[in-house]
Amino acid sequence: MLRKEMSQLTIAVTGMNARADNPGSGMAVVRCLREVANFQGKIIGLGYDVLDPGLFQSGLTDAGYLLPYPSSGEQELLGRLQYIQEKEGIDILIPCLDAEILSMIHLQDDIAALGIKMLLPTKDQLQLRNKDRLHQFANEIGVKTPEQITVTNDSFFNDCSKKGWLYPLVVKGQFYDAGIAQNPEQAVALFHKIAAIWGMPILVQKLIEGDEVNLTGLGDGEGKLFGTVMMRKQAITDKGKAWAGITVHDDGLLKEAEKLVQALKWRGPLEVEMMRDSQGHYYLIEINPRFPAWIYLAKANGNNLPWALLEMLQQQPLSVLETPKVGTLFIRYAQDVIVSLANFEAMTMTGERAKQG
Amino acid sequence: MKVNKELDDSLKRLVLNDSGFVFDPMMGHSFTVNPSGLALLKLMQKQKDIELIKHQILHDFDVSTETLERDVVEFNEQLKRYLK
Repeated sequence: MLRKEMSQLTIAVTGMNARADNPGSGMAVVRCLREVANFQGKIIGLGYDVLDPGLFQSGLTDAGYLLPYPSSGEQELLGRLQYIQEKEGIDILIPCLDAEILSMIHLQDDIAALGIKMLLPTKDQLQLRNKDRLHQFANEIGVKTPEQITVTNDSFFNDCSKKGWLYPLVVKGQFYDAGIAQNPEQAVALFHKIAAIWGMPILVQKLIEGDEVNLTGLGDGEGKLFGTVMMRKQAITDKGKAWAGITVHDDGLLKEAEKLVQALKWRGPLEVEMMRDSQGHYYLIEINPRFPAWIYLAKANGNNLPWALLEMLQQQPLSVLETPKVGTLFIRYAQDVIVSLANFEAMTMTGERAKQG
Repeated sequence: MKVNKELDDSLKRLVLNDSGFVFDPMMGHSFTVNPSGLALLKLMQKQKDIELIKHQILHDFDVSTETLERDVVEFNEQLKRYLK
């Protein structure tokens, strides 16, 4: 039986975007919370685009609101959260998008003053896992990463093979976006495409052949990792995101993730993405500072990590399992959300879902 | 002759279903085997000595020594590929 205050919480969740090739994790987080037995609280969906489907899906969210884009500035975001808070009385906010985490960290005292709790890493923790610093940080604690070089000129790609940088190569932005180049032409095209959006420099990595294995869990801020669930991708989208996956138990992956969380003293949800090569070596690709889009697999497997996050914030005993089941598969699918003109109009004009229709 | 250590460790973790569906909980791979393959896998999980395994198969199945020799070698090679 849930304690009344847990079952009555009002929870806001961001990341209501769900484009099939690269969905946000917000709707999956909401689904995990919505399915908790006896949960009678409210769930507020927060998004950045009027076409974010989670804003409208009344079976999942009780209300939907648009937030200003991070480029509008943090005070805009705070003002908007204040407005939403006055209407909804949010107890806990779960940010689900990489790009907003830094702003949330900057604003967390102001957001706490509004009466909203969050479980976030510190700014230092967040920045150590930035793409431009991850390589050095990981190597310092003995976690392998793919060999990496910083590139500021596309001429690198014409003769890089002579310097040992053989194709295929991974071309990455310093903040986001990545692609695999099979030859110099593709590499130059990717270089310019990514640089135009995310700026210089561009990072180039040697491609690790093998299986991608991912882990999600919750860091307690003191170096301990809770509720781990591991997944191997079975099928991916054009953007390399999981379309199907299966839970596994991989001691090597767990050991590397624990090492990272211990060194970072990570606080909050995270996803560790690694490649395992045919010799059984693990290479860190990325640490995402949020729940992954496949988080419902964790819940389906006995570890409801979004709920555990609420338990941590409410200082309740954690209900996550130490050893989740292996061999549980997820297969993603796309679904149409039907939106009335009244709701679409309300979201477009006022940034919030109409109560009716 | 013994099953090598690396293969032995991989074999031990396999989840074998009587339908012939085999799941590797570490790698996330799955594959199917026929009844004789399943019998062989079950024996290999318990027994490292390949000669003893062959002896048991000869006892349980109607198969010649020559065919068994060939099949065991081929099965081992296939297993190594699946368990990589």
